[in-house]
Amino acid sequence: MAERELKRRSATTTREEAEVEEAPAAAEKAEKLKAEMDELLDEIDEVLEDNAEEFVRNYVQKGGQ
Amino acid sequence: MAIPKVCGIETEYGIQLVGPGDANPITASSVLINAYLAEVKRRVGWDFEDESPGRDARGFAREGSMAPVVETHLVNAVLTNGARYYVDHAHPEYSAPECANALDAVKWDRAGETILVRSMVAAASSLPPTQRIVVYKNNSDGKGNSYGCHENYLMDRSVPFARIVAGITPHFVTRQLYAGAGKVGTELPGGTDAPVHFQLSQRADFFEEEVGLETTLKRPIVNTRDEPHADTKKYRRFHVIVGDANLSEVATFLKVGTTSLVLAMIEDDFGGGRDLTLANPVKAIREISWDPTLSTAVELADGSKMTGLEIQWELLDRAHRYADAAGLEALGGAGSDLLARWESTLSALETDPMSLKHQLDWVAKLSLLDAYRERDGIAWDNPKMSALDLQYHDLRPERSLFARLGMEKLVDRQDVEDAVLEPPRNTRAYFRGKCLQRWAGSITAANWDSLVFDLGSDPLRRVPMMEPLRGTAEVVDKLLDGCSTPAELVARLGS
Repeated sequence: MAERELKRRSATTTREEAEVEEAPAAAEKAEKLKAEMDELLDEIDEVLEDNAEEFVRNYVQKGGQ
Repeated sequence: MAIPKVCGIETEYGIQLVGPGDANPITASSVLINAYLAEVKRRVGWDFEDESPGRDARGFAREGSMAPVVETHLVNAVLTNGARYYVDHAHPEYSAPECANALDAVKWDRAGETILVRSMVAAASSLPPTQRIVVYKNNSDGKGNSYGCHENYLMDRSVPFARIVAGITPHFVTRQLYAGAGKVGTELPGGTDAPVHFQLSQRADFFEEEVGLETTLKRPIVNTRDEPHADTKKYRRFHVIVGDANLSEVATFLKVGTTSLVLAMIEDDFGGGRDLTLANPVKAIREISWDPTLSTAVELADGSKMTGLEIQWELLDRAHRYADAAGLEALGGAGSDLLARWESTLSALETDPMSLKHQLDWVAKLSLLDAYRERDGIAWDNPKMSALDLQYHDLRPERSLFARLGMEKLVDRQDVEDAVLEPPRNTRAYFRGKCLQRWAGSITAANWDSLVFDLGSDPLRRVPMMEPLRGTAEVVDKLLDGCSTPAELVARLGS
């Protein structure tokens, strides 16, 4: 039990320290992540069902278990 | 000592006939499954016709035989990987073979998805070009209709059911923190007091009772179905209906692994630590699902409050103590990986849930929805939110959003490919699958706990398989290699 608590706390601390020490790097990383996400959304746009409203409305299932 | 937690996942898939014509989901499901069976026959040469229930009536009247697995006219096949593939409640359902651990459960669940994808391709060639059948691995149509993804675990019959209910309920209420598949909005009849834009679980809205036998209405958190498909004196098949269908392999692994472990602890009556009995499990399962910030505390029977994460940490602590005291043999080799993954997942949920966007379904989905809301400046009630939610679960590789999100994989692709046709090697599913590969034409009925052979002479011969861990590769390979006909096999087994 005590050991568990320790692990949980250390996980939190590590993360906070990392944030403090690497603030500029973190900003850069966030920008990179955003660019990657934009790229992903562009890719997903290509495969999305054309009419969201109609697509959602037409999906009707019989109840099961 | 807890008995091995043999387990298996059964999934009812959502099905949609797109295009003009009869949109009857039962017909569509039949077309889908029959197209797959015909394709397997063409490619591999295995003929499942003899499992079609039309022939089974013959079995009733004969000595030494038993009722076939179903009595309806609907499609019902047992596959060479030991799974059942059939039409149930207007959905195609894949019941994976019995697996010896959570990682195998992931593999044969994935194999099921592959089978559904191939079924869609096969069905396309038998439909007019304007029609297509599309399959979704989810649990709700967003309009109040739900369909299930059930789990099954082997339990010692001597464990009092009340102890199972008491021990497993806090886990079932809180495991959605990692096993939830995520959902836009809520389908609670009558709505909610505060708006729910996004929730952890597909299924939480649909549970109305704590314990019961129902599966299609007034669904209970703990289901009491008592149908062991094994030696009824020794075993219980604990049937779980409260879960979501996961696409994420990590989520499936955690869902099945943690549940196996908590059940093993219950079986060994391993307690200690805090009493986690909830004041109102039905209320709690919804409250936790409706809060993706994970900060909601639910009420315990003793009047105190705990968050879902606190309850999960308590269960994990107990599991560590159990592992030290009793070992994790019951988890079939997946125990240490499971403990490590459980702990790292809870840590991440506590510090930064969104860091699990490549691991958990609900986080992946929420992350995608947030990105769209930000980029397009749209609100939660924009139809695009529900459309993204739905399309996340589309199984077609060319449409699946899940497939585009770079999710972590736990099982090798080739292993999944093999699992489409091959049974697990370390449960009785091996005997079932291997007999079907060799002699499908002589098997008139394949059930979970028996095979019925037609040897061309009276009576039909039934081979019981009442022990889920007997009939593994180690024994069966030697046995089958020494038999050139099913008659020889039956003779050997009878002697």
